[in-house]
Amino acid sequence: MKMLAPQEIVDVLKEAAGDAFKEARCTEWAEGVKGNKSRQVWIRLDRKALRPALKRLIEIHFPHLGVISCTDLGEEVELLYHLFVYYGVPHSEIMVTLAVSLPKTDLSIPTITDLIPGALVSEREKQEMMGIRVENIPDGRRMFLPDDFPEGVYPWRKDATGIPSDMVKELWTTGRENLKPPEGAGATEEEKKE
Amino acid sequence: MKTLEIKKTAPYTTQIGPAHPALKEPVMFTFELEGERIRKADFAPGKAHRGIEWMGLRRNCVQIVYLAERICGICGITHSLSFCRAIEQVAQIQVSNRAHYIRTIVGELERIHSHLLWAGVAAHELGFDSAFYLAWRVRENVMDLLEYLTGNRVHYAIIQIGGVRRDITPDMVPKIEESLKFFEGVYGKLASIFLDDTTIQMRCRDCGVLTPEEALKLCPVGPTARASGVRKDVRVDHPYAAYADLELQPVTPDQLTGEIRGDVYDRIIVRLLEVKQSIGIIRQCLAQMPDGPILAVPKMALLLAQLKKAEGEAVGRHEAPRGEVMHYVRMGKQESPVAWKVKASSYSNYMSWVPMLEGEQVADIPIIVASIDPCISCTDRVTIVGDQGAQVWTKEELHRLSVEKTRQLQLG
Repeated sequence: MKMLAPQEIVDVLKEAAGDAFKEARCTEWAEGVKGNKSRQVWIRLDRKALRPALKRLIEIHFPHLGVISCTDLGEEVELLYHLFVYYGVPHSEIMVTLAVSLPKTDLSIPTITDLIPGALVSEREKQEMMGIRVENIPDGRRMFLPDDFPEGVYPWRKDATGIPSDMVKELWTTGRENLKPPEGAGATEEEKKE
Repeated sequence: MKTLEIKKTAPYTTQIGPAHPALKEPVMFTFELEGERIRKADFAPGKAHRGIEWMGLRRNCVQIVYLAERICGICGITHSLSFCRAIEQVAQIQVSNRAHYIRTIVGELERIHSHLLWAGVAAHELGFDSAFYLAWRVRENVMDLLEYLTGNRVHYAIIQIGGVRRDITPDMVPKIEESLKFFEGVYGKLASIFLDDTTIQMRCRDCGVLTPEEALKLCPVGPTARASGVRKDVRVDHPYAAYADLELQPVTPDQLTGEIRGDVYDRIIVRLLEVKQSIGIIRQCLAQMPDGPILAVPKMALLLAQLKKAEGEAVGRHEAPRGEVMHYVRMGKQESPVAWKVKASSYSNYMSWVPMLEGEQVADIPIIVASIDPCISCTDRVTIVGDQGAQVWTKEELHRLSVEKTRQLQLG
């Protein structure tokens, strides 16, 4: 197997993504005495390029999908598909992260489970935790949240659809008044501003 | 995987859980049965979800190190190490090589204790309680050594952003060596019990098979993937900590038997060989350990001030005893991270249960479920009580069935 360098992977995926390619960067990080480096590629693209880019990556080497991460950025939500190629050969693995931003007005993304069946757990989690709509998902049930969890509440959101304060149990209310945190402690930056 | 309906005619649908049929953790299984055969299997985790990521986004990074450590009671350094590695990459904090070696030694001791814990549980599920007592007796020694090195048996609190909190001094080395000799001494006995015993072979050979293709497509990690011949091991593939300096090869079952079948037995082989590999790694680390400070930024106030200025994103990974753990962290010049996603090893291994269980017998459920060494609390991270009314099989009944199957096989 001929292995591509991180920049070559960027070039190949850029071609597959076409005009939907936004930006890419390659990073390295060394630990240990010998200075062997681990290599990462971060590629940001539009939603329509996710599947073409992933298909192209599968042709290079069938990737291991670590997980799909998700960040609430205010107006939009970013999904990051952490994929790994060239595992099995010592120190050769490259992490390829495909990041896709979705506006909160349209949080839909095509499924990748037909390409990588193991993505199902992660896609189900994104639906319930962040309110992403995964199109053509073979099994859209909740994964970690119970069936009686309220509809329209998404634990990972940082806006009004996130966990409301009346759902949070404060441990100090069980009688240990001395454990009450100072005013404003434990809130996110956004919550503090409010 | 479609929702299975409860019917009063064959094939029958039965539920097992949420009390875990193999380990003492909650996960719900639904099976469609035809006689003793499992036709379809489905699972529902989330019974131990504590919302740890949500809590983390309301804390500073040093507080998260301790919170992350409490994600799992077995993988004591796995989550704190992965989280710290992500933060170090974002804030560009260079960890000293001595700290890298100490992290590796503790990580490998953790692997030995976790694999022994698993070996004990697996033996118990098969009804082989003397092997269970032996494995856990040996594990106690590892726990004692971990307590000697870190101060704690379970949550070691040794990892900190920028290094480790306790050094391994020269006077500690003889005691480590003494324990390693002890492990080597009993390793042969444990290996012969698990690998040469006819009953264990009868129960585990060609049981709960995961084919290499499934092992590739369902993205399992750790011993579950390697036992099916997929050579994934973060320690080998991705240079980090002291593993970056060592020459390692992923452990696969063909190294012992010359073939890969991807069954429960192969998973036993992989874990046993990995115990031996871990002993070797600890010896190498002790021999090569460089001098230097153990913490890059010893003053926590300074560290927190530095982290408050950090901006960027990174992924920290570690090969836990059960496989790859990864933490994605994004910082945005504020006290708490903007995003924190934890991916535990069992998260990746869950989907492998379905092909493993389908076609097998009810009595094989405990050992197959246990064979991926599931860690439910790692994967679930909001407390809920699930109450499903239909035919629930208790753990005791299943355990009894499993033991009976072993007895029947022994009687021939």
